[in-house]
Amino acid sequence: MAHINVPEGAPGIRGLMMAHPVQTRPMNELANALLQTPTTEKSAADDLTAAEREIIASYVSNGNKCKYCATVHTAIAAHQMDGRYDVVHAVLQDPSTAPITEKLKSLLAISDKVREAGLNVTDEDIMRARAAGATDLEIHDAVLIAASFCMFNRYVDGLATWAPDDLGIYDAIGKQRAAEGYLTGYVSLNVKEAENSQISFRDSCQG
Amino acid sequence: MQQPNASIACGDASGPHINVTSPLPGITGLLEERLDTAEHIRDATHALLRGPSSMTEGERELVATLVSSRNECRFCTNAHAYTAARYDGGMSLVQDVVRDHTAAPVSERMHALLHIAALVQSDARSVDDAAITRARDAGATDLDIHDTVLTAAMFCFYNRYVDGLGSSYPSDESYFETLADRLTTTGYMRKGLDGTH
Repeated sequence: MAHINVPEGAPGIRGLMMAHPVQTRPMNELANALLQTPTTEKSAADDLTAAEREIIASYVSNGNKCKYCATVHTAIAAHQMDGRYDVVHAVLQDPSTAPITEKLKSLLAISDKVREAGLNVTDEDIMRARAAGATDLEIHDAVLIAASFCMFNRYVDGLATWAPDDLGIYDAIGKQRAAEGYLTGYVSLNVKEAENSQISFRDSCQG
Repeated sequence: MQQPNASIACGDASGPHINVTSPLPGITGLLEERLDTAEHIRDATHALLRGPSSMTEGERELVATLVSSRNECRFCTNAHAYTAARYDGGMSLVQDVVRDHTAAPVSERMHALLHIAALVQSDARSVDDAAITRARDAGATDLDIHDTVLTAAMFCFYNRYVDGLGSSYPSDESYFETLADRLTTTGYMRKGLDGTH
């Protein structure tokens, strides 16, 4: 049971967003801008794909042992790549042998340092990323994604929210968020939660 | 005024890891690098630290200072220490909280909330029922607990953003007094930022 009152049946950050819409709406908007902004709206100096951004989110959440965030962002990343869960699982297993670019490997190394402590990032880490073709803005975004998930993970686990065991729940959320971004209404997980989410959405004017 | 946490090592000698156009130090300069994400970060901070809450602004700033200090983020620690010092208890209370929050002269409710914040900073999964029960027994509400956990989590974000990119540190400590003027009046929105409107 969560440490504070959240709508029954709403897992992870969903319950917190329903119960505390004023504080969480800008956080959700940040996630959308950082993870999902379409390429056409981004600077030419920033070529990180939505899948790569979600892989960083999943990798950092996994490092923080946040089951809900790691599993849901694994599913979103997979759905950004036509359902390729195997690629995300390979990254979580060992980025150095995963079928991803050297640039993403170097950004994941920076992200893991950020997860431990910001001061752990060294000039060598940055030089490796630059040598692999990362721009300043891409390094900025990788650090910002890693740092922001150190918030999302702590929010979700610090309040002991529900992390379901049913992978089908995460897959449904992953499919929806990969297609729609973060600002649309909640995909229905069960009747009880669907009722709650309608109330919450009207109250918080999201979407 | 004495520095609240002069013992923290300075890790910014070689300048930022990326090219930061703005001359402003710490997170303020970084936020100018990508304005769309910055707007949401400012909104989130303002809503949590200055919006409606069952905690006072001073209490929330103390949580921000404690977490930043435990993350050894020199810029954020000083920014929020100087800001927290403008509220009840002044810099003396801020220094006591940073030195040893378990012995600081605060209410039992605040002791319990600072304990929760410290647990969130180290490992959020370590926030146990005992910590929550202690807070509730001392009169803490759901909103107190929520805002404490989210503030602590948020500063684990900002501290990593600031230090992960090696952002610059002000050359003059008086910067923090000017910053505290702004954060206690205008708050965290971009309006009022030096050099902008």
